[in-house]
Amino acid sequence: MKHIISVLVENKFGTLNRVAAMFSARGFNLESISIGETEDQEISRMTIITRGDDRIIGQILKQLNRLIDTIKVTDLTHQPHISRELLVISLKLSKSTQHEIFELINVFKGKVVDIKQKSITIEVVGTPDKINTTIDMFRPFGIKEIARSGTVAMNRGDQ
Amino acid sequence: MATSGSTMNGSEIFFECLRREGVDTIFGYPGGALLKVYETLYDVTDIRHILVRHEQGAAHMAEGYARATGRPGVVLVTSGPGATNTVTGITNAYMDSSPMVVFTGQVPSTMIGNDAFQEADIVGITRPITKHNFLVKDVKELATTIRKAFYLATNGRPGPVLVDLPKDVMNSECVFNWPESVEIRGFKPTIEPHENQVRKAARIIAKAKQPLLYIGGGVISAEASEALRKLATEQNIPVTMTLQGLGAFPGDNPLSMGMLGMHGTFWANQAVNNCDLLIAIGARFDDRVTGKTDTFATHAFKIHNDIDPTNIDKNIKVDLPVVGDSLKFIEGIIENLPKTKTDRSEWLGQIEEWRRQCPLTYSIDETSLKTEFVIEEVSRQTEGNAVVTTDVGQHQMWTTQYYKFRQPRSILSSGGLGTMGYGLPAAIGATFGSQERPNVLFCGDGGFMMNIQELVTAVYYKLPLKIFLLNNHFLGMVRQWQELFHQEKYSFTDLADSNPDFVRVVEAFGCKARRATNPEEARAAIKEALAYNEGPFFVEFQVIKKDMVFPMVPAGASISEMLLDRLNPKTMV
Repeated sequence: MKHIISVLVENKFGTLNRVAAMFSARGFNLESISIGETEDQEISRMTIITRGDDRIIGQILKQLNRLIDTIKVTDLTHQPHISRELLVISLKLSKSTQHEIFELINVFKGKVVDIKQKSITIEVVGTPDKINTTIDMFRPFGIKEIARSGTVAMNRGDQ
Repeated sequence: MATSGSTMNGSEIFFECLRREGVDTIFGYPGGALLKVYETLYDVTDIRHILVRHEQGAAHMAEGYARATGRPGVVLVTSGPGATNTVTGITNAYMDSSPMVVFTGQVPSTMIGNDAFQEADIVGITRPITKHNFLVKDVKELATTIRKAFYLATNGRPGPVLVDLPKDVMNSECVFNWPESVEIRGFKPTIEPHENQVRKAARIIAKAKQPLLYIGGGVISAEASEALRKLATEQNIPVTMTLQGLGAFPGDNPLSMGMLGMHGTFWANQAVNNCDLLIAIGARFDDRVTGKTDTFATHAFKIHNDIDPTNIDKNIKVDLPVVGDSLKFIEGIIENLPKTKTDRSEWLGQIEEWRRQCPLTYSIDETSLKTEFVIEEVSRQTEGNAVVTTDVGQHQMWTTQYYKFRQPRSILSSGGLGTMGYGLPAAIGATFGSQERPNVLFCGDGGFMMNIQELVTAVYYKLPLKIFLLNNHFLGMVRQWQELFHQEKYSFTDLADSNPDFVRVVEAFGCKARRATNPEEARAAIKEALAYNEGPFFVEFQVIKKDMVFPMVPAGASISEMLLDRLNPKTMV
């Protein structure tokens, strides 16, 4: 099944490579990986989306822990957590479609970030499921380009 | 020793750090990126630098040194090709968990990434084959980085660590500060095993009627052999060992069952598949041990102690995992065992029966030589007390079967990676490490050629190393598989027409050399070699071509399905 793993790592060059290389060397699935600085600039947070049975996920967690540059590894899958993804999508725009597009932007609480005569670029934030739905709904208008950030996640509450 | 607070250049700091880490020997080869380091080394008198002839040799020597002594091996090589030549040696040390610190020269930091002369991204190249690695970007970080490198290499599960040293860093100066302690927040190995788990393990061990100890190299790294001997002999538990575990328990003790797995003993594999309790300590359920995993020790409750949590449930699902230091684990078990002992005579009798059914055996005649005979004879003449290094192949497996290792740190062998060419340099490194016991190398004619240049090193430093070449004029183990599984198509394994005259080659290096072609000559040559201590002594044993290692578990088969000999391959059990 799909797992969402949050990893605190040393904010050093090569750390992302160490993690990604471990996944490829051991044949683990790596669906998405995103990384950014935390409140402590020496530490980055990595959010990894992967798939596997219990044995594989167990190995992934242990192998992640084994890397010297990882500080804390948490499998968020079965814990209350917040996960978000950013979608930037550019669509074809015409007189006949613009009304409907704007309605959908409202539905998905999106934001117009760029607009031209024949194209419109929108940003949408949400869970990966919501992002998938958004893309499906916009598809009929003609998608020009898509950029997705990959998921970022953390625990809910005081944990 | 220089004091903290004085201003020094990177090269001076480097040697000062080695001193403080207690390093007495380094294996190296100079080059452009290391000119400053070697300039400083010129006046260093308290650290012995061993000049190798190829950087791969340096890496294997450092590993041999580490395995023989328990102290980390140190390598010093230049940038680019010097660094890439160590890759096989580093991988070998990684697979076999040997503590090692490799220092590589690097082009000046301002030129990194420009495809400079003799530049290689060695940190990138070695990321998946080191426990960790570092690029030192500022001389101020040098001392801390070296301290961390040795700390990582030797704590938790040992392994190789690489430190890349740009030329300008080694030239520039700073105030030297030796960090008294190391803090790495991402590295906190579990040393103390969980108390409840240990107590539970002790309860289960106490009650087991047919227990079996399955011992790996982790017991030797943890210096837990004495504790193991106590546990096994007091509780009457038979012991089988992996390639790296041999010597952890005395091979001449009646409870020792030798090695298990692909070329293990019949009785050890039978015991694995019939035991009711398997106690794995410092072992990792390697595929050469388990064979087909879903038929491995299916009747047994499995306890697994290892310092590295990734080894737990990796290949075989276990019932009671205990992460932690193996010495602490074994001591904890002994402490928690009840005074009353379970009677295990029936189980030991059954094992004895298996041993009688299919003993290790070979035929001998007075006109030809077999590797098995040579190894058994060396075992007899050294009374099982030598430090034995092997290369890879048939002779390696026969060494496990016919050399009776009596103490830990006695077998040095490339287990995980199976590196041909490991033997000679590793044996040289071991001999530099310790000469309290005879140092013996068993090597095949294929592997010997792969790092033969290091013979110069052995001769130059007058190392009392016994080099026993088992020459069957074949890549014997591959030949064996070709005969058994590939329709006897001996594709590029016959070396008879291309091998050199080994005795003449070795003599040209300035090394004593003999040749033996029958048992009588062999006995005499071994005796002469063991008595000679002025330098290396080489003996070429001309052994028969078509000998095969048995028993054998074919790859992917269950370990209960052993081939017992060539003519009568039958499935057991």
